[in-house]
Amino acid sequence: MAANPTPGTTTAARAEPAQLETRDMLLNIGPAHPAMHGIIRIVAKLDGEQIRSAEVEIGYLHRGFEKMAEVVDYNGVIPYTDRLNYVSPLINNMGYCMAVEKLLGITVPERCHYVRVILSEISRVTDHLTCVGATAMELGAFTVFLYMIKAREFLWELVEKVTGARMTVTYCRVGGVKADLPDGFQEPCRKAFQETRKVIAEAQGLLQRNRIFTDRMNGTGVISAEDAVSYGITGPFLRACGADYDVRKDCPYAVYDRLPFDVPVGTRGDNMDRFLVRMEEMEQSMRIVEAALREIPPGPVLVNPGTGRPIPAAEMVDLAKMGKISAITGGCAVACPTLEGSGRDRHPSIATDEKRVFLPPKEDGYGNIEGLMQQFKLVMHGHGVRPPKGEVYFPVEGANGELGFYVVSDGSGSAYRVRVRPPCFAIMSALHMLLSKDMIADMVPTFGSVNMIGGELDR
Amino acid sequence: MNTSSLIESVKVRFPAAVSAFHAWRGDATVVVRREFLLEVARHLKEDPALKMNYLMDLTAVDYSTFGKKPAPALFSSSGVAVKPAAQIPDEDPWPGPPSSSRFAVVYHFYSTAHKHRLRLLVPVEETAAQLDSLTALWPGADWLERETWDMFGIAFRGHPNLKRILMYEGFEGHPLRKDYPVNRRQPLIGPVN
Repeated sequence: MAANPTPGTTTAARAEPAQLETRDMLLNIGPAHPAMHGIIRIVAKLDGEQIRSAEVEIGYLHRGFEKMAEVVDYNGVIPYTDRLNYVSPLINNMGYCMAVEKLLGITVPERCHYVRVILSEISRVTDHLTCVGATAMELGAFTVFLYMIKAREFLWELVEKVTGARMTVTYCRVGGVKADLPDGFQEPCRKAFQETRKVIAEAQGLLQRNRIFTDRMNGTGVISAEDAVSYGITGPFLRACGADYDVRKDCPYAVYDRLPFDVPVGTRGDNMDRFLVRMEEMEQSMRIVEAALREIPPGPVLVNPGTGRPIPAAEMVDLAKMGKISAITGGCAVACPTLEGSGRDRHPSIATDEKRVFLPPKEDGYGNIEGLMQQFKLVMHGHGVRPPKGEVYFPVEGANGELGFYVVSDGSGSAYRVRVRPPCFAIMSALHMLLSKDMIADMVPTFGSVNMIGGELDR
Repeated sequence: MNTSSLIESVKVRFPAAVSAFHAWRGDATVVVRREFLLEVARHLKEDPALKMNYLMDLTAVDYSTFGKKPAPALFSSSGVAVKPAAQIPDEDPWPGPPSSSRFAVVYHFYSTAHKHRLRLLVPVEETAAQLDSLTALWPGADWLERETWDMFGIAFRGHPNLKRILMYEGFEGHPLRKDYPVNRRQPLIGPVN
């Protein structure tokens, strides 16, 4: 514009940018892209750096869970449920077991409910820690990720103390849980929560005043509450939009109606609100665990009613095989530390008294004919748990939202149909809407806040 | 609304559509004829007394082998069927599959305003495995209907993009049908497109 242009050329020069030919660009992200966690493919149509529309492709981790659940027996499905949401497997275990219990029409002892609630809430904290930590890492805050994984490690140690495993726990059983809480569980739990709270406070300090983090989280990936509901979105993702639906409050199960906790809600429905809701939910979950540990009814009233000498489990098996039943009658099995709490004295407080559903304590299985028959009738091929014919749907609050199990029984030893309602499936079906109109860089925090878990999404 | 009044309200509003109903284990269930599905679903969503704003789940069940597996009675090794214990209730038994049709499409609705749930069963014949899509009412039905198409081969009229979702294009058969063998392998070699 150095020369003085004539009026005519000025108009032409002004009109020229509008006529610039722009073309949409197709960008293929994933499934091998690290931000897509290896199993999602997004085909985005870009206008410059803005996403015009996106197509989300799933199914890379499909393992046929629902088909497999039709061929194994009812208790055989439980290990598969661990692999649905592998960051909070205890909630999956609980949801499936409670659905089958509803099918059977049985209830579990109150202490067992408390044990399940305590472990589900610990799992919820580990799940949120993973989600928030991974999101922060993808935005460059690697320190936060390491801190949060450290906190998760404290909590997984707790889980390991109870279940014997960190991730694939297979802890719940139809009609109860594998073993009672170890003695003095309060103390390690208090310590782990103290550490976790410290980490959460640190992470909050590192993230909430971090300009990069807040700029990338605020106002990105926005969804309104109406849209979220119409897509069937539940859990922290929905609550960040301002709707307060929580299965634990609205359709309480187990003992959630007796435990004090608040349901945090957001206002804007953006990535920042989802981050804040998850941070607050961790605190609320720890509050639930602390209250539950205070209120939990005591375990065995008679301490060690066996009164006999303790016998190592392996020795008990040997004696039983040799037929020396009199030597083990009245004795109590000493199992490996992770199986402690499954003995005869603990049994009535962690398992239903319905003998056709739950395995007998080891002392009875090895020590008397009734126990042996009970064991046989539950584990041998062609026997097992047999619910009456029927269909039930049972929802629990998973870490991502409503986790529902729809089970149809034809009266045989394996389920006729098991359907999981995976909470992140609904969120992923709305992802194309969340991404469009945002910048391509916003895809990373938005996808992170979805907390996509391939195991439950693709089943 | 409680379970029985929920069923009653649907039954009274659509007497021709409802072919059966039950509330086994407290789950309100209504069996609806295929041609009325869209009408009933719209009513569930818009009626102020029902206000089912959530389509929680949509799936199907293949009833073709139901009851064909040998199912001995509980604890019947001596040949004498033992009555279930008092703890396992057997009164008010489940009425069985919704109809003689091969498939039943299962809808689970929930209302956040009234906190009630309703299950809708729609029997679908194998020869005419098609029914109306609910995508216009709940956009979340999009993926759920795609999954039902993928797994069972039930088509949804009016669906904007009915293609496979968990399996790949070119996969043969529908894996959750009972006649699809559980051990059948279809190795996928090379890129799909």
